Amino acid sequence: MKKSTILLAGGVIGLLAALLVKFGNPVNMGICVACFYRDIAGALGLHRAEVVQYIRPEIIGFILGAFIIALINKEFKATGGSSPLIRFIMGFFVMIGALVFLGCPLRMILRLANGDLNALIGLFGYVFGIWVGIQFIKKGFSLGRSYKQAKVNGYIMPLIALALLIFLVLQPGFIFFSESGPGSMRAPLALSLIAGLVVGVIVQRGRICTVGGFRDAILIRDYHLLTGLIGIFVFALLGNLILNPASFKIGFVEQPIAHNDFVWNFLGMTLAGLGSVLLGGCPLRQTILAAEGNTDSAVTVLGLITGAAFAHNFGTAASGAGVPVNGQIAVVVGLVVLLGVAGIIVSQKADVKKKEGAVLGQ
Amino acid sequence: MANKVVDARGRSCPEPVMMTKVALETSSPPIEVLVDNEVAKENVTRFAKSKGFQVKVTEYDEEFKLEIV
Repeated sequence: MKKSTILLAGGVIGLLAALLVKFGNPVNMGICVACFYRDIAGALGLHRAEVVQYIRPEIIGFILGAFIIALINKEFKATGGSSPLIRFIMGFFVMIGALVFLGCPLRMILRLANGDLNALIGLFGYVFGIWVGIQFIKKGFSLGRSYKQAKVNGYIMPLIALALLIFLVLQPGFIFFSESGPGSMRAPLALSLIAGLVVGVIVQRGRICTVGGFRDAILIRDYHLLTGLIGIFVFALLGNLILNPASFKIGFVEQPIAHNDFVWNFLGMTLAGLGSVLLGGCPLRQTILAAEGNTDSAVTVLGLITGAAFAHNFGTAASGAGVPVNGQIAVVVGLVVLLGVAGIIVSQKADVKKKEGAVLGQ
Repeated sequence: MANKVVDARGRSCPEPVMMTKVALETSSPPIEVLVDNEVAKENVTRFAKSKGFQVKVTEYDEEFKLEIV
């Protein structure tokens, strides 16, 4: 994919995000993978925070769009077995970090594109987390290889998306939908679903990934994916100025669904960045990979959803009022766990190399 | 005949590229990289080309052999 194509691919995502806000999604939340999984967890009753419960059609669209295009291009392939439990835990803590900052890395870009400078602090934290993760990657960090699995494994995630779509349309009694707050603010179902499908196709084809953009730039001086992220930012900015001029506001204070606690905006996204780079992709990318048949990514998505449920049940999620103490503790615990896991993997790798060297007489 | 064979099958981003990078730093081309998905194929190819190498791709049974010369 050429530079101009990936710039435009990112651009379409940015414009769709602005459009979704215009038609009813919360401000700066045209697309937010973390927030949307959080809303889905709430709709399923996994947490009972009444203001953030809705089955977001965008997520269903991401999964089905990526699944269909992967099938068409013969890229659909069921694989798995690369440290699934570690991936689950990493997904869990990526969500804990994202909900302390209040948004996934994609929403971070969208917030920035609407003047929310707290997202700039988040961006610094995110890039710092990625940089830390890269140090482990350079020392040989790996979650191990995956193997081909029976095709049916890969159909589970798209089937979950279909089940969610059925719940969304039929709204059975056990599903919760917010009547106030962000969860009640939603673009029309059809528009959200179609936008989701388009984004799913674009991200699958363009391999767009918020962590990949910065990682490749730092690690191998490859600016391909970063160009896509710039496309998202520029076109979301233009889209907001044209479609949502009333909500555009540059500054730190009173930004929609955000707080201005610098330290925790930074550290929340450090945790999200570290976890995502160790996983090999941000929450959006994990969702797309899961749809392509990658069951390790599917387990990661389940980790994200579980993390979102815990974030509200344990009171670790931030709100406009700030970051609760539980959230601060959870971020520190998350950083310790991820650094510990990565450190152990790297040190064991070094041990193996030493032993091999001894055997070979080196 | 390749001087080194890198088996990057089943590895998630950015491992195939990193393994290729290390191989190119420690062995002289030609080297052979095995990957099992389109994304890794694209990434390794883009990386090798950016370093001035040529890449020949052979596909067999949902896997790719990338010969970097």
